[in-house]
Amino acid sequence: MVSGDTMESSYRIQGATGEWEVVIGLEVHAQVTSNAKLFSGAATAFGAEPNTQVSLIDAAMPGMLPVPNRECIRQAVRTGMAIDAQINRWSRFDRKNYFYADLPQGYQISQLYHPLVGEGHVDVAPDEKNPDAVKRIGVERIHVEQDAGKLMHDQHPTRSYVDLNRSGVALMEIVSRPDMRSPAEAGAYLRKLRAVLRYVGSCDGNMEEGSMRADVNVSVRRPGEGFGTRTETKNVNSVRFVMQAIEYEAKRQVDVIESGGTVEQETRLFNPDTGTTRTMRSKEDAHDYRYFPDPDLLPLELDDAFLEECRASLPELPDAKRSRYEAAGITPYNAGVLTAEVETARWFDALLEAGAPALQASTCVTGELFGALNRLGKGIEDSPVAPAQAAELLALVADGTLSGSLAKQVFELMLETGQGAAAIVEERGLKQTSDTGAIEAVIADVLARNPAQLEQYRAGKQALFGFFVGQTMKAMGGKANPGVVNDLLRKALDV
Amino acid sequence: MSDLTDLGVAAIRDGVRRGDFSAREVADAFVVKVSRAKALNAFLVETPEHALAAAREADTARAAGEALKPLAGVPIGMKDLFCTKGVPSTAASRILDGFAPPYESTVSQNLWNAGAGMLGKLNMDQFAMGSSNETSAFGNVISPWRRKDGGNAPLAPGGSSGGSSAAVAARLCPGATGTDTGGSIRQPAAFTGISGIKPTYGRCSRWGVIAFASSLDQAGPMARDVRDCAIVLEAMAGFDPKDATSLQLDVPRWEHGLSSSLHGVRVGIPKEYRVDGMPAEIEALWQSGIDWVRDAGAEVVEVSLPHTRYALPAYYIIAPAEASSNLARYDGVRYGLRDLPEGAGLQDMYAATRADGFGEEVKRRILIGTYVLSAGFYDAYYTQAQKVRALIARDFEQAWGRCDLLLTPTAPSAAFALGEKADPLAMYLNDVFTVPSSLAGLPAMSVPGGLDAAGLPLGLQIIGKPLDEQAVLNASLALEERAGFAARPEVWW
Repeated sequence: MVSGDTMESSYRIQGATGEWEVVIGLEVHAQVTSNAKLFSGAATAFGAEPNTQVSLIDAAMPGMLPVPNRECIRQAVRTGMAIDAQINRWSRFDRKNYFYADLPQGYQISQLYHPLVGEGHVDVAPDEKNPDAVKRIGVERIHVEQDAGKLMHDQHPTRSYVDLNRSGVALMEIVSRPDMRSPAEAGAYLRKLRAVLRYVGSCDGNMEEGSMRADVNVSVRRPGEGFGTRTETKNVNSVRFVMQAIEYEAKRQVDVIESGGTVEQETRLFNPDTGTTRTMRSKEDAHDYRYFPDPDLLPLELDDAFLEECRASLPELPDAKRSRYEAAGITPYNAGVLTAEVETARWFDALLEAGAPALQASTCVTGELFGALNRLGKGIEDSPVAPAQAAELLALVADGTLSGSLAKQVFELMLETGQGAAAIVEERGLKQTSDTGAIEAVIADVLARNPAQLEQYRAGKQALFGFFVGQTMKAMGGKANPGVVNDLLRKALDV
Repeated sequence: MSDLTDLGVAAIRDGVRRGDFSAREVADAFVVKVSRAKALNAFLVETPEHALAAAREADTARAAGEALKPLAGVPIGMKDLFCTKGVPSTAASRILDGFAPPYESTVSQNLWNAGAGMLGKLNMDQFAMGSSNETSAFGNVISPWRRKDGGNAPLAPGGSSGGSSAAVAARLCPGATGTDTGGSIRQPAAFTGISGIKPTYGRCSRWGVIAFASSLDQAGPMARDVRDCAIVLEAMAGFDPKDATSLQLDVPRWEHGLSSSLHGVRVGIPKEYRVDGMPAEIEALWQSGIDWVRDAGAEVVEVSLPHTRYALPAYYIIAPAEASSNLARYDGVRYGLRDLPEGAGLQDMYAATRADGFGEEVKRRILIGTYVLSAGFYDAYYTQAQKVRALIARDFEQAWGRCDLLLTPTAPSAAFALGEKADPLAMYLNDVFTVPSSLAGLPAMSVPGGLDAAGLPLGLQIIGKPLDEQAVLNASLALEERAGFAARPEVWW
């Protein structure tokens, strides 16, 4: 583990007056995976018809009251535990007051003063090719809050419509420390955070559907100097866009400063079509949210049993899994690849559980399987080959039944037919042979048909050994055990 | 047959059970009374069909020999702060004009489940903000009481549950629901010579009650005597999983536990409640109350609640702060009034709707609340007020070391004339005796103690420990028995 202090980013913006460093903090809004909203029993499915998932509470009808949904709290606590954060046994909800048509109550129930989760951290590897170069990004807090509804301006020439399906859905706001120094670090942080959320099962991490989005805080400074004035770019909804927004915003701020201006503390919007940001509202227009404790809700107090259940229900997390894979002999790079997505890790764990040897399994999955899935345009969760089937194939390689090249053939047939490896081998007679008599006969034939090469080899051209192996294997339709072929060839050639 | 509308809740319930009269006869009698009392302006909506349907159910059950529900045959009035399904529920505000909720508040549903019927929705101070019922968007409620000086000045029925107090005092209903945020059950009860109890915060669900100040709002009954209040409160109260501040406790059988013997009970007299300028008649009544509880067997002790004088200022920060946020939902977008001037945008619509829909007092409190919560003022006002609130609660806790109950006047004066208190601050001072127990969430009850020289009722207040409604009811019963209050307003309407 390399701490953030020692692993400094070399990312610099070359300005007209010299080098600039960028400082980045992210506020990630992650929609909590739950069947019901944070304070009402309404459903939360994405893509439902407008205003079909709205309870009386979500519509803020007179006299309606919020009641906290235990599952949403549980998921946020588990998320906190997954990033090794302090869990606050006593927290409280506050109201953030402002008027907007997508906010029926006229306030958002959030947690300003006493968040559910305190200090934690996420370890990221900004360089994928160097997964051991890890930087620790601090997380200041996680609090839970209500999402707002959605305004639709494209339904009518002069009217706007409101869809309250999302109103009241539970969000975790995960606030990082300003610890990132390059777009790559921010991207790595987002990807890692997303992986953790998906491992924990507290958020589906689906950025396209808006269930995970980031507010991007960016400032620039001369390397080693104090923080500059930051801007906040709201609601950026993909890793690529976040990196683009940082790049654009940092350069813009450098231009402003170098041309004699000052960076305004303001809220900005990202335009994904142009990759640029623009002012949304300046500091002068900033709302006074009049936060105060929500008098409809009692403070949230968590007992030991609840916390224990949360901890006990946590799965093995990416870092622990990666260490375990590496300890089993898998290369650090492959271990990183196999743990980056929870579906991959689950699939791979099932493969290991089915008895597959770790190293061979890792090269098979990151090589053949990924290649095939790529070709088929499928995710691993839809893989035509199940972990148990792959384990069967790897077992046939391990026990010498199949050679590497035969295994590839069998794998292709498995993809095509959905049949098991053993069945394919049996049916098509693809079993490799270690029958020394048969192999010796073929070798004798090969040597007899290639006298010139034999002479050169015996004259010292050792490299021709591979030629004889190839000829022998070819003559045997790839079914000969390569180890046996090697041994017998050596005997035949070196007499 | 005597006039059925002279009967209270217990008498009606028992009479219907015995078959002395039918629930239908009772409902009919009250429906007629209500329809003839327009001059009081106590009802915003009359719902005779609701009362008659409940009566029919009671009579049918009795004819079939079935056990009758606790409030079978009892028609009541419902403060308009309670949402009632399909019936206009406006909190007496223009901004909810025409709003008929598709849901029933927990408290009203509890009452219907207990067999009660609804005579109608009762007028009130707009959003329960007021102490005289003068802030209603639908006109003042006129108290059925008049001064004996012959001036016939229309008097305030108290507030905010002024429609409830007037209707019960005028025998338009045997009981009514009220809500109390800083005295809105107790002060109108005192002004109209009836009884009313605000239970411990959390006893009655707030679900479906249009919110004023969430940390203070609490529903309770208003009726002609202590027993009737106990009966109706039993039906109203109970844990509600839909209200996160609802108390997860069984409802005690308060009526069953009624006893006016106060032997072994220590009643505290808080010295700080002897405020400057209190009328001599109130002082005298308070002294009578002290004599009465002593006569009932109680030991009387003087106690101190040192932070009492900070209660009103703290209340008038906390309640408006919560209100300013609670009332943000009335924005013209989803229900109620929408004022959309030609070419207006969203902000214009908010401004026009809220300017048009809210009354002056509501706007005043929204402004106060917005101010005290705003950046730079929050700590000086809201945080400070919360500290005061904690100190006031501590005052009471310390007092409970020396006594079991507190006895005070309910209000510093008898009913005043409508229009008499034009200064909002003078109006706020009316809550001086009721606000501290609201801030502490304690059960408190007002019972009539006597009349002043002008022939107007005066109330005494009993404040109890958290959850000890029984002791509050019992001491109130002891006062009621000794006060022998039998005065009633002469019918002029």
